[in-house]
Amino acid sequence: MLTDSNANILETIQMIEEDKLDIRTVTMGISLLDCADSDGEKARQKIYDKITSRAEKLVEVCAGIEAELGIPIINKRISVTPIALVAGASSDTDYVEFAKTLDAAAKAVDVNFIGGFSALVDKGVTPADEILMSSIPRALCETDVVCSSVNIGSSRAGINMSAVKRMGEVIRETADLSADQHGFGCSKLVVFANAVSDNPFMAGAFHGVQEADTVISVGVSGPGVIKRALEKVRGESFDECAEAIKKAAFKVTRMGQLVGTMAAKRLGVEFGIVDLSLAPTAEVGDSVAHVLEEMGLETVGTHGTVAALALLNDAVKKGGLMACSHVGGLSGSFIPISEDIGMIASAAAGKISLDKLEAMTAICSVGLDMVAIPGGTTASTISAMIADEAAIGVMNHKTTAVRLIPAVGLEIGDMVEFGGLLGRAPVMPTHSPSAEAFIARTGRIPSPVHGFRN
Amino acid sequence: MKIILTVTGLDHTGIVGAVATELTRQDVNIENVSQSLMDEYFTMIMQCSFDENTQNLADLQDAMKKVGEAQKVKVRIQSEDIFKAMHSL
Repeated sequence: MLTDSNANILETIQMIEEDKLDIRTVTMGISLLDCADSDGEKARQKIYDKITSRAEKLVEVCAGIEAELGIPIINKRISVTPIALVAGASSDTDYVEFAKTLDAAAKAVDVNFIGGFSALVDKGVTPADEILMSSIPRALCETDVVCSSVNIGSSRAGINMSAVKRMGEVIRETADLSADQHGFGCSKLVVFANAVSDNPFMAGAFHGVQEADTVISVGVSGPGVIKRALEKVRGESFDECAEAIKKAAFKVTRMGQLVGTMAAKRLGVEFGIVDLSLAPTAEVGDSVAHVLEEMGLETVGTHGTVAALALLNDAVKKGGLMACSHVGGLSGSFIPISEDIGMIASAAAGKISLDKLEAMTAICSVGLDMVAIPGGTTASTISAMIADEAAIGVMNHKTTAVRLIPAVGLEIGDMVEFGGLLGRAPVMPTHSPSAEAFIARTGRIPSPVHGFRN
Repeated sequence: MKIILTVTGLDHTGIVGAVATELTRQDVNIENVSQSLMDEYFTMIMQCSFDENTQNLADLQDAMKKVGEAQKVKVRIQSEDIFKAMHSL
């Protein structure tokens, strides 16, 4: 055996065992369009049956691949057609039962999360969309593994400010309904602009109408691997940094491609995409913030953070693009507060502000993610935060998202514990002047002139 | 099926013998071996193959894990595919 292939073998093992390289998620997208029925009860039965038959072997197949390749697959998930599109055929006036059906189906096949309790309202709201949005607070508080998302803006349609106003109220209501857990329900709710239909990551995953009936998509993780690569070029130029990141990202993405194609083949379904996003966890050695700090920043959030993130995000994409057949999903660095040990530390020390976070979201995916805000934050302030993020996304042709947790009962500086992959977050200060009159206008912010590319 | 077996841990007498003996018992063919020692640290990489119709990967991993425990070293068995995917264009 050649010595360089030995070195490669040991490098792969080191990436997995020491740098925490893993497959973050194998997500099965399932179309529920054929489950629509004028009788809600019948529709829910069809939904349950379809999910449990399509995903019956998902967890088993993933466990087999995990053992065979020796790489951990952390989450097995399901995404479904936005429920507003399926439930809309029924005469139901409340969709909480649909959420409970999703919850039961997900538990029956033992997946970690199911996403798609969703509505796409970037241009307008149908009666079904309105029912779905009104059902979100109870749906999230009366289920365990259901995730919800609502798309309120797009570069093509502009920003639906009426929906933005509504979603501020929905987040407020969800937080109050889960007040005993400091607003935990909101950790399963994402408000998007330019949402993508093939995102394998939660809480924003849904299976778009243009997708095939059943598809396997993969999300990789690898901040530890990128950080290790950067440690080897300490003090070198940015050109060297970008090269090191590209090479490491290539290797990480190849794992995603391999696992995705193996899973799709064994499950007898189509392989969709690999999402190149660098997804951190709150564990040591798995932090995007620490990658940025490795480039020379004392603490993430200081001046230079946006430039460092721009380089990282772009180099990860360039390395990943050649490594797999189809790239999709969000494919950018995630910068959640609660799920990244470096972000938690910086926010707890008051060294990263919401304003800096917002600037960071202009150049990477996805947005103000898993950010705890004071428990008393008003619905209109939440809506205004959503509007700002949506504006960044819509004007820049990129996805942006808001997953805010009004930490009921807690004040600035207090720590909210979410547990598991969701981690923990210090409550961060928002701006106090009101945006009430701004949000009260409702209507739509027209799409930007460069939204019309035809 | 082609597999890569790696053994790492503190060096002592009998590691190669124990691993090779169990592989023979499991009807696994050793195609290539590379072994090195850095200070006290033992590293061995074996390229092996076995017939998937008569032998099951999970059982083989279990059997070799026991050898690893007895020898106080870490024994991993992974499909060759993961290394090919990551390191070849």
